[in-house]
Amino acid sequence: MTRRISVDPISRVEGHGKITLQQDENNEITQARLNIVEFRGFEKFIQGRPYWEVPVLVQRLCGICPVSHHLAAAKATDMLIGVKQLSPTAEKMRRLMHFGQILQSHALHFFHLSSPDLLFGYDDEVRHRNIVGLIKDFPELAKQGVLLRKYGQEVIRLTSGKRIHGTGAIPGGINKVLSTDERDFLLKDIDQMIEWALSAVGVFKTIYYEHPSYHQQFAMITSKMMSLVTADGALELYDGGLRVKTPDNNVIFDHQDPANYLDLINEHVEPWSYMKFPFLKSLGVEQGWYRVGPLARVNNCDFINTDLAEQERKEFKLLNEGLPVQSTLAYHWARLIELLHCVESIQQLLHDPDLTAGELTLKGHMQNTGIGVIEAPRGTLIHHYEINEEGLITKANLIVSTTHNNQAMNESIRHVASQYLSGNEITEPLLNQLEVAVRAYDPCLSCATHALGKMPLEVTLIDKEGKLLDRKYKSTQ
Amino acid sequence: MSFFNIDGQQIEFKQGQTIMQAAQDAGVYIPHLCFHPDFKAHGSCRVCIVQIKGLYRTACTTPVVESMEVININEEVQQHRLQLLEMLFIEGNHVCPSCEKSGSCTLQSVAEYCGLLSPSLTFRYPDKKVDASHADYLLDFNRCILCELCVRASKEVDKKSVFAITGRGLDARLMVNSTDGKLVNSTFDKLDRAASICPVGVILPKHQGFKTPIGQRKFDIKEINKREQD
Repeated sequence: MTRRISVDPISRVEGHGKITLQQDENNEITQARLNIVEFRGFEKFIQGRPYWEVPVLVQRLCGICPVSHHLAAAKATDMLIGVKQLSPTAEKMRRLMHFGQILQSHALHFFHLSSPDLLFGYDDEVRHRNIVGLIKDFPELAKQGVLLRKYGQEVIRLTSGKRIHGTGAIPGGINKVLSTDERDFLLKDIDQMIEWALSAVGVFKTIYYEHPSYHQQFAMITSKMMSLVTADGALELYDGGLRVKTPDNNVIFDHQDPANYLDLINEHVEPWSYMKFPFLKSLGVEQGWYRVGPLARVNNCDFINTDLAEQERKEFKLLNEGLPVQSTLAYHWARLIELLHCVESIQQLLHDPDLTAGELTLKGHMQNTGIGVIEAPRGTLIHHYEINEEGLITKANLIVSTTHNNQAMNESIRHVASQYLSGNEITEPLLNQLEVAVRAYDPCLSCATHALGKMPLEVTLIDKEGKLLDRKYKSTQ
Repeated sequence: MSFFNIDGQQIEFKQGQTIMQAAQDAGVYIPHLCFHPDFKAHGSCRVCIVQIKGLYRTACTTPVVESMEVININEEVQQHRLQLLEMLFIEGNHVCPSCEKSGSCTLQSVAEYCGLLSPSLTFRYPDKKVDASHADYLLDFNRCILCELCVRASKEVDKKSVFAITGRGLDARLMVNSTDGKLVNSTFDKLDRAASICPVGVILPKHQGFKTPIGQRKFDIKEINKREQD
């Protein structure tokens, strides 16, 4: 008899999704699916809108990583107006904004969403395993998390005008520079932020090393990884070329112009999810799936250009003897290394005089296609727009970070389910372990479906005939 | 010297002035949308209604008389204004979060001043078009509030009559006087007074959205009730 288990909603992630598992008569997991049930349709309703509106409009996809959409769209509009290289001031302001974005998003994910699982254990009481429990039991750590996030949001506010959904990046550049007062305001706390960021990496390492083999194998899958890197192979979040590495550290492609993404990536559609399944064209649907995000970026790069983060990267790489680290929970580790890199980079940028004066925008010759690719907190983000001669959008294609990880999240769920699901009864710790696997990817399902709404989690258990045997539903409220 | 009274405040006025003109000279703000000091008032938006002896009058068209007692702000008057503003929002497609006029939009600012947080009426989501045919300017009809400022500016200042209002009631809409209704085929020019008069986000220069940073936009710098009309 086959059974289906459904976890709905997935909690402590952004967006709305559920997990469905199928077991055969021997209780072996035969299928694991992360179903994304939102639909938003941004690609459709921006058609007919003027292109210069897009960076501000499309960022409304998300309240967590709007800056990434804002900047990816702005980069696409740079291409539309024929600007290949921004002024130094504009590029540095955008980079500063982006570092602030990744800092606040990573801090939110680790401290608010994931640390309760790691600090309290997966089977801790639900009512305690959350940010409130964290504040109660680890007040100093919780404070640092909140203030790190706040700092990132202040960077965003001062570069874009608002903490959420600002307007800083415009086609061909930016609309403001930092005043010296604003720069000094950010400089005031930067040393403290670096100290806390370094401490956060230490906290995670302590947790990880307490049970290294368990953390190593939990939800572990082996995959290819994709990210942007600089021309010399450094970790790159704002620009660069696409690199894909195999688990044995071979390069499938490197330094590919992201504007040619359609030659490299295709998307597969399944009827049970609004989230598509991207794959490498050269390897096909079955073999071509890959992972993106912090794990992919820290694995793929040859080095990080800030000292403390580079030191941490080297230690991280020892986890798999120099080969790409495949442990899914290592996403958290890589995320915190990036968080550290962001605060170090912010410190460097704040001392750059280009931030407080310089040319805001440049102009070029209009063209009909604009593609902007950026490393968002959750991975590679692609915005592609086509416009008509009047400047109105005729076509849009968005491949967001979480979408790239679709197959990987499904594989991780399957791994956890086959390892920990026992008998027919669904226990809360099982439910949570499935969520922990998904949560490690820090999915943003609202972005992934360009969808609208809340994001709960559901697990259902069905038999071979499809008869519902058990169902658990968890609300985000 | 002649005086009248707005909300208990004594205001000096010149003979022939409307309540709105005298109030503006005295620095007293009366919410309004279709009134502009450069053009003849026609009282179409009704947002400037005030109470005089219990009756409602539009401040932009009502002449002041000696010792007139005008109520500009009380709950009843503000309630009427809110209803009018609410209808303007639901009858168009005013997506403030992605509108480049946000922060410099008179409709948005008047609504904020009057305390409109969210319309209670059902949005109509009318099917409105965008005319991007002109090389320099774009018309986004989704945001039109039928104030006719562009109509008056084009006719009275530019001497062109590029714009007109056609239709009645809910079908009323802004139209362009050209053979195919497209701006590119009209006599519109980017230097026209009509090009810069729109209080909302209908008539906008192309290729340059969101150039003014948040914090430096028109109503970021000074709230609508504290600034002179331009």
